[in-house]
Amino acid sequence: MLDLLMKVFGKQEKRSGKIAKERLQVVLIHDRASVSPEIMEQLKNEIIAVISKYMDINKNEMEIALANDSESVALVANIPVNSLRHAK
Amino acid sequence: MSQIIVITSGKGGVGKTTTTANIGVGLAMRGNKVALIDTDTGLRNLDLLLGLENRIMYDLIDVTSGRVPYNKALVRHKKHDSLYLLPTSQVKDKSAVNPDDLIKLCDDMKKDFDFIIIDCPAGIEQGFKTAIAAADMAIVVTMPEISAVRDADKIIGELGRADKENVKLIVNRIRPQMVEKGDMLDMEDINEILSIDCIGQVPDDEAVVMATNRGEPVIAMKDSIAGKAYLNIVGRLCGESIPFFKPPKEGFFAKLKRLFSMLF
Ligand SMILES: Nc1ncnc2c1ncn2[C@@H]1O[C@H](COP(=O)(O)OP(=O)(O)OP(=O)(O)O)[C@@H](O)[C@H]1O
Ligand SMILES: [Mg+2]
Repeated sequence: MLDLLMKVFGKQEKRSGKIAKERLQVVLIHDRASVSPEIMEQLKNEIIAVISKYMDINKNEMEIALANDSESVALVANIPVNSLRHAK
Repeated sequence: MSQIIVITSGKGGVGKTTTTANIGVGLAMRGNKVALIDTDTGLRNLDLLLGLENRIMYDLIDVTSGRVPYNKALVRHKKHDSLYLLPTSQVKDKSAVNPDDLIKLCDDMKKDFDFIIIDCPAGIEQGFKTAIAAADMAIVVTMPEISAVRDADKIIGELGRADKENVKLIVNRIRPQMVEKGDMLDMEDINEILSIDCIGQVPDDEAVVMATNRGEPVIAMKDSIAGKAYLNIVGRLCGESIPFFKPPKEGFFAKLKRLFSMLF
């Protein structure tokens, strides 16, 4: 009986409409974030060009990718620095 | 000024052709001169929904290939006499018409019509690209179902890449009882997910099937709820602000009812 009352007034099982909405929100982040490999490559090269003006970086070890959790998408770059240039 | 509207969806079978027929009849009932162009080449349907299947002489390909002028291929509706259909070919395939053909055709037809409405095939390939080419407004039809909404999002992206800025949404086949129970996405959810302007929600209604059986779109059946929904859509297209019907989500009374049904 307590179980029954819990079911009615207490915390309910998530309805399927809500589940659908949450699944859609996640899958659309993935769908919309799919940038073509060519654009990613171009982006990478331009980032290298800009940063190289100020720092000596390890281009071969550099990583750049789109990452996402359930709420947002981020452009994550890992750029190893060999040395900083002297300030002029 | 005439307006060229494409009805599209991505996913098949969500109600593009039904929407095209109803909006076409609705606009004609208001006295507009309307041409409907079926671009779902090889899968001719719009003629059936309008009850015009026995009066077709020429088709879209006859026109775009230059065999006949468009006014020879247009079929005039008997009852709604400012409504015309340009049927598609039942034998050719979707590559038989290209985007430039349709742009040129709509450009020629503009002077004769207040509205040109284009029924798009499912998918995002050549047929879709052809159908949207001439349009200055796109209506995306979807259903309250996860795969249909995902495909709608894809189509909205494609429309954006094609520089179509005027994009509206119709959610078709809503089942209010399921929405009420929380087991179906409602218009608000879909609106939030896709973030484009919604101009209609159409309930799932047996009257749509009956109307299709008769070849007379449901918008002409005054007492059907789907017909009413299409009338509202046509009103909104004509610039009227018509409030949306909001099916209630599970409230206190529904909860109470559920309690009783569980106890007895
Ligand atoms: N609101 C509705 N209520 C009930 N049935 C509907 C409704 N809308 C559409 N249908 C039915 O769904 C089916 C598909 O509709 P329709 O042919 O308009 O879809 P479509 O998007 O044009 O399909 P296709 O992608 O094959 O061209 C038809 O049988 C139609 O009668
Ligand atoms: Mg169709």
